[in-house]
Amino acid sequence: MTDLSRSLALHGAVLALLFALQFVLPAYHHGNLARVMVLASFAMGYNILFGYTGLLSLGHALFFAAGMYGMGLSINQLGASPGPALLAGLAAGLAVSAALGALALRTTGVAFMIVTLMFAQAGYLTALYFGTYTRGDEGFVIQQAERVLWGFDLSDATIRYFAAFVLFALCLLTVLWLVHTPFGRVLIAIRENEERARMLGYDVFAHKLAAVILSGTMSALAGACYGLLFGYVGATFATVQYSIFPLLWVLLGGAGTVLGPLIGTLFMFYLIDLSSAVTTAYMLIAGVVLVLLTLYAPQGLAGELRARVWRWLP
Amino acid sequence: MEFGPYLMLASLEGAVTAAVLALTAVGLSLVFGVMRVVNVAHGEFFMLGAVLAWWLTGLIGGHPALGFALALVVVPVLVGLLAVAADMTVLKRIGYDPERTIVATIGLLYIIQQVTLMTYGPEARPVAPPFNTRIALPWVEWTGGGLQLYWPWGLSTTSYKLAVIGAAVVVLVGVWALMTHTRAGLLMRATQMDRDMALAFGIPVERVYAAVFGLGAGLAAFGAVLVVPIQQAHYLMGGDPLLLSFIVVIIGGLGSLPGTVLAAVLVGLSDGIISVFFSPTLAKILATLLVALVLVFRPQGLFGVRRA
Repeated sequence: MTDLSRSLALHGAVLALLFALQFVLPAYHHGNLARVMVLASFAMGYNILFGYTGLLSLGHALFFAAGMYGMGLSINQLGASPGPALLAGLAAGLAVSAALGALALRTTGVAFMIVTLMFAQAGYLTALYFGTYTRGDEGFVIQQAERVLWGFDLSDATIRYFAAFVLFALCLLTVLWLVHTPFGRVLIAIRENEERARMLGYDVFAHKLAAVILSGTMSALAGACYGLLFGYVGATFATVQYSIFPLLWVLLGGAGTVLGPLIGTLFMFYLIDLSSAVTTAYMLIAGVVLVLLTLYAPQGLAGELRARVWRWLP
Repeated sequence: MEFGPYLMLASLEGAVTAAVLALTAVGLSLVFGVMRVVNVAHGEFFMLGAVLAWWLTGLIGGHPALGFALALVVVPVLVGLLAVAADMTVLKRIGYDPERTIVATIGLLYIIQQVTLMTYGPEARPVAPPFNTRIALPWVEWTGGGLQLYWPWGLSTTSYKLAVIGAAVVVLVGVWALMTHTRAGLLMRATQMDRDMALAFGIPVERVYAAVFGLGAGLAAFGAVLVVPIQQAHYLMGGDPLLLSFIVVIIGGLGSLPGTVLAAVLVGLSDGIISVFFSPTLAKILATLLVALVLVFRPQGLFGVRRA
């Protein structure tokens, strides 16, 4: 088998497994997995920038929230139906990521991390400042009647699972396709050695900007879907914590691997779910995992797997 | 009250903010300057200083001044030692790689914060100030006979607030003297200028790093002990000092100590005055945007000099 057909078989099998799981899972885990798939889409968006382009952003909550508010506010304030609202969320993510990319990409390394952090913080504060529309930290609920997309009621558990699955599959296939295109190869070349990529004649800035936009828009789509599927929009999703989460998921699962974000999200979601039953200080787990990962497994789970067993893993 | 006395009161409050901010930010700036890493857990060392001060003053009975004086000496050392331990167990092992250090210190941030939540709890707790006399402040006005001093109602400060400003100035002068006039300072500056050359001359760079990381955390803790009689100790109180220190360090020029102090005074003073005219949230939005744009368009900081 060639590497390509191997990877297609593996990812196809993962998708088939996720599709089949909805028929056997008990209700609680059924709901959880739908949530994990949407969050994993967010992580996959993050992974395009961090894992494949090598740019560490600390501000992806800004994109997630841009998609969520773009969707939520157009339903809540403009009375849009879910279809156009999703598009509005997507457009908001596109605009915000293009603006942020154009500014933040003038910096590199640590400065890039701080600039993205600061812009995301400004975004969060903006959501609080316009509390009359966004209802701030309290957030607002999207009513069941407003969540019917093309005749499908997204508040129904089965349909919600299926919608989350469609989103996840869409993002997974996009990333899988991306890493096999020449464009994706250039991104990896920039990650490995930016100067060499520049010397070979590639427009590094344009490629990085495209990566930020792609990554931000995918994160925004996940944010818009999260709000629509679970019926809640709030400023919590714009806090620093939601910029740290995708970093944590991707690091844990394996940066620069297609399946890493799913593995990381699934693992972390259940780790926090189990520990929050014991203590309110569940973020302690996140902190410990972050430190242990940087110390012992900077490659993440899928990365270690690739280094030891499946060298062809994309 | 007229505008003049009001402005004076705002500047005095601002000077207290600036004094504590300068201590915290100089700690962050020192770590960045010498070690070239950003310590995201810096605000948590600040918080730990406040919480430990509450714990220690509660432990020591008797006059509040006794426990407080002890806290002022012991707490920064304790926090500094914890930071040294964190440096040796975590940062040293990842080779002070800038990006991995940020991820690791984010992890440390959550560990310190959440362990405090589990042990100290979610309440905000006050610490009694060692002394707290009210001092009425005079203001001048024109009367028929010329300039005259008078004491407007409500224009006052406390002796403790003035002491905070004094203590911060003393410590900052101490840090300056340490950096410029001692052998330890010489080693730090040598490490800052050229790590490899310092290593070649036999300077124990890793021990210098550990000491600087401890010193930076200790300065933040000292600032927190000073501020805790004015502002209560809470497990989430590290967020604002971290953000403000970032702003100060970036505006002052990354790694430049005089620039950091100048920016701290500027930000501390303007913080109070801006909040009078705008809503605090809008002031914060403008401040964070300003920092981001400074980093994008003037990475050497407003007062810094561009390095070759």
